[in-house]
Amino acid sequence: MFLLLFAVGILVLSGLAALWRPRLGIGGLVTACVIGLVSPVRVLAGGAGESLRLAWNVPYGAFFVQLDALSAFFLIPIFGLSALTAIYGDEYLAAWRGKNSLGASWFFFNLLVASMVMVVVARNAILFLTAWELMALTSFFLVTFEDETESVRDAGWTYLVASHLGTAFLLAMFILLGRQSGSLDFNRFAPVNAGALFLLAVVGFGTKAGFMPFHVWLPEAHPAAPSHVSALMSGVMIKMGIYGLLRTLMFLGPPPLWWGWLLVAIGLSSGVLGVLFALAQHDLKRLLAYHSVENIGIIALGLGVGLLGISSGSMPLAVLGFAGALLHVVNHALFKGLLFLGAGAVIHATGTQEIEHLGGLSKRMPWTAATFLIGAVAISGLPPLNGFVSEFLIYLGSYAGAVHNDAPVAIPLLGVIAGLALIGGLAAACFAKAFGIVFLGEPRHDRMAQAREPGLMMRLPMALLAAGCVLIGLLAPFVVKVLPPVLAELTRLSVADGLADAVRPLTLIVFGSAGFIVLVGGLLCLRCVLLAGRAVETTVTWDCGYGRPTPRMQYTASSFAQPLMELFAPVVRTRRKFVAPTGIFPQASSLATETPDMAREAVFRPLFAGIGWTLGRLRWLQQGRIQLYVLYIALTLLVLLIWKLA
Amino acid sequence: MNADVILILLVLTNLRLLGASRLGASIRTVAVQGVLLGALALLAHHNHLTVAVLVVALGGMTLKGVVFPWLLFRALRAAEVEREVEPFVGAIPSLLAGVAALGASLWLTARLPLPEPSHSSLLVAVALFSMFVGLFLIITRKKAISQVLGFLVMENGIYAFGVGLVVDSPLLVELGVLLDVFVAVFIMGIIIFHISRESDHIDTHKLSSLRD
Amino acid sequence: MKLIALLQPLSALVLSPVLLGVINRTKAWFAGRSGQPLLQPYYDLGRLLRKGAVYSRTTTWVFRGGPIIGLAAVLVATTLVPLGGLRATLRFSGDLVLFAYLLGLTRLFAVLAALDTGSSFEGIGASREVTFSALAEPALLLGLAALARQSGSLSLSTIYSLLSADAWLKAGPMLALVVGALMVVFLAENARIPVDDPTTHLELTMIHEVMVLDHSGPDLAFILYGAALKLWVLGSLLAGLIVPVRTGNPWLDGGAGLLGMLAVAVAVGIVESSMARLRLPQQVTGLLVGAGVLAAVALILSLR
Repeated sequence: MFLLLFAVGILVLSGLAALWRPRLGIGGLVTACVIGLVSPVRVLAGGAGESLRLAWNVPYGAFFVQLDALSAFFLIPIFGLSALTAIYGDEYLAAWRGKNSLGASWFFFNLLVASMVMVVVARNAILFLTAWELMALTSFFLVTFEDETESVRDAGWTYLVASHLGTAFLLAMFILLGRQSGSLDFNRFAPVNAGALFLLAVVGFGTKAGFMPFHVWLPEAHPAAPSHVSALMSGVMIKMGIYGLLRTLMFLGPPPLWWGWLLVAIGLSSGVLGVLFALAQHDLKRLLAYHSVENIGIIALGLGVGLLGISSGSMPLAVLGFAGALLHVVNHALFKGLLFLGAGAVIHATGTQEIEHLGGLSKRMPWTAATFLIGAVAISGLPPLNGFVSEFLIYLGSYAGAVHNDAPVAIPLLGVIAGLALIGGLAAACFAKAFGIVFLGEPRHDRMAQAREPGLMMRLPMALLAAGCVLIGLLAPFVVKVLPPVLAELTRLSVADGLADAVRPLTLIVFGSAGFIVLVGGLLCLRCVLLAGRAVETTVTWDCGYGRPTPRMQYTASSFAQPLMELFAPVVRTRRKFVAPTGIFPQASSLATETPDMAREAVFRPLFAGIGWTLGRLRWLQQGRIQLYVLYIALTLLVLLIWKLA
Repeated sequence: MNADVILILLVLTNLRLLGASRLGASIRTVAVQGVLLGALALLAHHNHLTVAVLVVALGGMTLKGVVFPWLLFRALRAAEVEREVEPFVGAIPSLLAGVAALGASLWLTARLPLPEPSHSSLLVAVALFSMFVGLFLIITRKKAISQVLGFLVMENGIYAFGVGLVVDSPLLVELGVLLDVFVAVFIMGIIIFHISRESDHIDTHKLSSLRD
Repeated sequence: MKLIALLQPLSALVLSPVLLGVINRTKAWFAGRSGQPLLQPYYDLGRLLRKGAVYSRTTTWVFRGGPIIGLAAVLVATTLVPLGGLRATLRFSGDLVLFAYLLGLTRLFAVLAALDTGSSFEGIGASREVTFSALAEPALLLGLAALARQSGSLSLSTIYSLLSADAWLKAGPMLALVVGALMVVFLAENARIPVDDPTTHLELTMIHEVMVLDHSGPDLAFILYGAALKLWVLGSLLAGLIVPVRTGNPWLDGGAGLLGMLAVAVAVGIVESSMARLRLPQQVTGLLVGAGVLAAVALILSLR
């Protein structure tokens, strides 16, 4: 415990030091992360948990921290990804040196990591909410790094409002829980009226995690933030919502069947709608942000499967569902972090994040392209990488449950299977678009000519994350052995051999992956042998006889996604602005598409407009005269006095 | 076992109606449905085939499989409309709604207190499903002919319901339903002809302009 | 390892180009021609393997690696699929998911290799390909789920070894629905009419053919062989369903499976000769959603 708190202390101190010298902040952060990883690894390897409780003079509050298997599991991506993104961010932010305050940015970065660690180990509601609020505030300042741009300021504002709305629900939930048990320590909570508490938790934590329709801040905040901050937020911070939901499940008692149904429904809508909106985007980072929504949907599907398993008493279902969801938390941190860092490298090199202007970058930035490709294949859930392993666990649980259970459990599981299949296909389509248009083909804009590979400090984190994706994919049976302690806490069942029926399939999958790699090598050699001594020439791409093909004649990203968008048009509602050429001869014309977020347009904009209108009617209360305000105060005091004394 | 095959074919015809885009195909599908229902009635009574049962069943098959399509095609030709279904809700959302309705019908059937649950549960579910599909077609299709077809499908559902559940005097039910449907189609055919003569189309959506 | 265990992948590796030949001969017979020799695909493969290669200057290692990765993925998938009652080499719970996703890996790299050329023709094919396969995957996985529920197992080999004539007697209508759904998925994934026309070379009407426009020599041979294997592998799913002979003797079961493959190939030839390609993309997407609906109905019916 002390090691962990020591690491938090280093984070805070180096954050303060960063105000003076930014590099000190980064160095301190990396040191703290390395130190901080020791305790969680020890706990997950079979060590006992630790706890520490100090009294506080805050009413109902206590400095109560505990490190159990669930916290340890979430601490590993926190420390790992923070260190890597900090190393990356050092070189990335160099372009802003002198223009924006780097020191302040690193101060908030360190505080963000420290607050995330505290969220994960806090066991008192006051401590938890304090750390949660600190997390929201520090990330707000990180998002508005480029605050001279109006769109960044707007995005930050949206994020702050959404975050506080979610926290309000959490506050309500903790108050209800505390009222029943008289204390705000997690281990003293007694769940009464668990259904309402569960709903409050889903809304409150779901806002942070990015469940549909509370996700509206994600596509605004993540593109506006600097890329290393986006990577950290997408990779780790939104998982704090998942952690909160899991922790709440642990003190809410046995779940009824409808909780699983609700999470499956949320997972399906977040997953499918998230990937559809991702397909419609042509801003690279906004596309990646919507993919975060989609992957949170997949995690929610896994959680739903697990809850269905606990409700129906089917242990394999519970174990596989939760195992898949937890593993996907780590996997998503790896490949989403990798993808955002890659996008950052592209932006750093070309100065634009508009996909329709990019192209052909694979020749100028081969390492970035290779790691981005690994991230893209991983996020599409394709073997032999890590995304497939976590999705396979969820599939295996769903299939096992659908085959052996009755309709109330089987129907949502069938929805999970169909949903995961559709999400997988659409995600592969979206990343074929993202990788293909950005890195392959010919450059679509002159700016591409100046693109260069980023420096070593930016390439190293990407390479390490890519290696992580490959390793988890190839070492899946061993990785899965880490999960039983966490699962035992979540499901309150002894899961010593609960994952046994997943280990054999995973081993054979790894065997197949190894075979695949051997075959690739073999076919490469075969082709080398066949082509040796034969004519191998290069020429232009087949152009069907056109005299002067230009790079702008290539397929664009919007065209690539158009058949799918047309199919789902009632849902996506892309707006088109088309200026057609008039007359007979070719002229300049333009086509612009914009896809506003459906939840924002259909739910939140009318809601806030309604609230604004209602509050506008109360404007007569504010007359501007001091006498009236004093009258209001006096009246209120009078009313309170009468009420209390009567 | 054979009853199951006929029932599944009925489900398939309903799905075909939901996804169809041409009126001719829809009319023919409803005709096939009628023939299938006649076969179902014969199967239900295969223990005690009397002349009356045979007459009613074969008569029903002829009416629904031959006469009604002929009447409807005649109305189509007389009205000289384009042979395309014009839906408010497209083919793919209709199909997905159909799948959801099938699941809901099965769930509802499990909850209904049926006299012989194991024997007739699929039949009742398919009957409910047909009723839903008929209603859906009436609500979501613009052309008057589509609404006649929707009505026919609903009647088919009620008929199937009767075949499955009414044991005492099934013939009476079947005769009543047949008469009902015959009159309805006859009258609707005449009305469609007159509507098209007056306003050059059979789009019920535009009929609301009559009130102005 | 006994020879029996290798019988299934060996038959796939050796015999898959014959399927293409059978389909072409069936189509020729319908058209009144005598058609290509049955072994023509082998001659094509040999000819391509003996040639040199021409690469576009726009392309990178993704283009050169695409056919190889695709073929390797399909080769691994071949070890997972049983041929009727003849069990596959790799069997485990949930192998149907790995099977579907290996095909997805092949498809992703084919699409990326197509986008690498920087040509709008390949872009058209790639865009349609991802649309249709996104819709075909749920149909495939739901259909396999219906089969899994019917047999109570999650491994392709076990599922198919339990699909005997008894199973057809007990759950015939549901299995027929699954055959319908899987047939549509088969036609879509293998670029057959009514989804794609494998014989046309007009860029505006192709999907798979246009994606491989720029490949040549051994790369094209790998792609052709991979397509034949994909035909075999998806056809095995159908063949195991329509020929429910499960005697327990691997040679007899394998023979029955081969008969089933022949039937599937002839059926594809008949479908290709009697239908035209559907309008892109509305009618094809409608067909694929219909296949998904069939599979969902089969599943719902198996739930009661």
